[in-house]
Amino acid sequence: MTVQQPGLAGHPAAVALAGRHRVRLWEPIPWILLLGFYFAFPRYLGFGTELLTTILFAISLDLALGYAGIVTLGHAAFFGAGAYTVGMLANHGIWNEPITSLILAAAMAAAIGLASGLVLLRTTGLTLLMLTLCTMALLEEAANLGSEYTGGFDGLANLPIPPLFGVFEFSPLFPTVQYLYCLAVLFLCFVFVRTLVYSPFGQSLTGVRENTLRMHAVGAPVNQRLVICYTISAALAGIAGGLWAQSNAYVNLSTLGLDRAATVLIILVLGGYGRLYGAFIGAVVYLALSHFLAKPYPTAWQLGLGLLLVLIALFARNGIIGLYDQLAARWRPRRAPP
Amino acid sequence: MIFGVDVASMLLGGLAAGMVLFIVSVGLSVTMGLMGFVNLAHGAFAMLGGYLIVLSMREGLGFVPALALGFIVIALVSVAFERLLYVWLYRATELDQVLFTIGLVFIAIASVTLLIGPENQQLTLPAWLQGQIDLGIVHYRTYSIFLIGVGVTIVVALWLGFERTRMGAQIRAAVDNRRMAESLGINIGRLFTITFAFGSGMAALGGGLGAEFLGLDPQYPLKYLVYFLIVVAVGGLGRVTGVFFAALLIGVLDFVLKRYLPAGGTLFIYALTILLLLLRPQGLFGRKSA
Repeated sequence: MTVQQPGLAGHPAAVALAGRHRVRLWEPIPWILLLGFYFAFPRYLGFGTELLTTILFAISLDLALGYAGIVTLGHAAFFGAGAYTVGMLANHGIWNEPITSLILAAAMAAAIGLASGLVLLRTTGLTLLMLTLCTMALLEEAANLGSEYTGGFDGLANLPIPPLFGVFEFSPLFPTVQYLYCLAVLFLCFVFVRTLVYSPFGQSLTGVRENTLRMHAVGAPVNQRLVICYTISAALAGIAGGLWAQSNAYVNLSTLGLDRAATVLIILVLGGYGRLYGAFIGAVVYLALSHFLAKPYPTAWQLGLGLLLVLIALFARNGIIGLYDQLAARWRPRRAPP
Repeated sequence: MIFGVDVASMLLGGLAAGMVLFIVSVGLSVTMGLMGFVNLAHGAFAMLGGYLIVLSMREGLGFVPALALGFIVIALVSVAFERLLYVWLYRATELDQVLFTIGLVFIAIASVTLLIGPENQQLTLPAWLQGQIDLGIVHYRTYSIFLIGVGVTIVVALWLGFERTRMGAQIRAAVDNRRMAESLGINIGRLFTITFAFGSGMAALGGGLGAEFLGLDPQYPLKYLVYFLIVVAVGGLGRVTGVFFAALLIGVLDFVLKRYLPAGGTLFIYALTILLLLLRPQGLFGRKSA
């Protein structure tokens, strides 16, 4: 990119492209709010940790779905793989130091993501959808069957998670340590993903999503890129699952099921996919609504969720952020073409 | 001799289950093949049909009239859905279609729970279908034999319709190459509405016929979604005979595995499906798409 084409460097498109990765003024706001939540709602930190792990899980899906365009119904497979890695290692007394366990969870999920990605990502459309769904169902059945190791249907409870750095104790009643720990991990993962999607690698993923044939034509190694992206996404989902298992001190089949996979998909689409912060907005809105509505009115909640999904699919294809963009574009005066 | 009887009764049970799977899934296969529309809400039509059939029988309607009623009402309802809602999403991405149809499933589950209740609805078979029948080598449940008879009749009728009528030829043409079929003047939209209605009606029929052993509760569309999709994916999109053999295969496999491997049976079916789709993404009986 050293060759400067005269007359193009100052073009608005070039300026916009070159400045895409810069940190926007508003970008610290979600982090300030998440940190503020810790001080403002000390009684809701259990909900808060759930929120943070869900955001991380949704970001991992955003990388695969929003950036690379891999439509998967089985992303909970990796969340569950991470959660069970942490849970089984801790429960059988093999390894339970939090941070290294998390790395092991990521490695396990990445291994499954790589192995399945190598074969699954050759297909597209309905076949891919079916294969991701079946892979997840396969893992769920395996977790259900291997009850000697996984606890079967009941899962593994009371995982012995030692204090973080040997100092900060995880307490199930006052999850202050869990919250800050999850927030820190989420921040690190987010910085990584943000760097990744604005890198040339991330750009090529967007290219594959927008026009696979053309990416083949310009000589990009499409399949390799997809597999790498899928593996990274799986690793992140594994970290989210590991965090979930550590902060709740248990793991069960719900981490692997179609429910969780569908929920994270809904969250991502609700917020807006392919834009990083959609995961935050979607998770906050969904979890807040579900916290206040799902328990007292489960059926009405499901009805509302269904209606919401239908409306999103029909009218708001880019979720809440997309709606905001549309409204903003209507109000903002149009720039004159150069 | 005992072993032979065992094998025969297992085969019959599996075949009966496979027939129901076929009746429910065949519409899904044809509509997916025709429009490439990922319709995860197909099971919801089966459930609604099942409820309609079971509840109308409780009101005193006979078994066969109830089945006919379920077929007709659900076919009409599905036309309304197709014309008013589905039609907006034919050009949308798969993701939007998945979200939309999952939304419909949620709405169906919640509405049924609210209106009828979360409990399982029992289908009471008419007297002439209860009890056992003597088949020479084994005595077997009359209802399973009835299901096999119905399934075979339907597949023969559908096969004739597909291979021997003008509309069947149009559907086959459209599944193989939609653009070419359209340029030949085939009205794909109308064709799709008709097949969609017919497929949903069949699903309703399957929901009613299978209610006796699949159960009928609000979670039905999600519980069996993976099974319907597996049958369609294994059979190949838009292939009536393919779906038939795939459904029988899955039905018998499921029955046999539940008997000998009560725990790991489902695992085996999932693994087999993954393996098969990797080797033949177009399904066992599908043709490579152009």
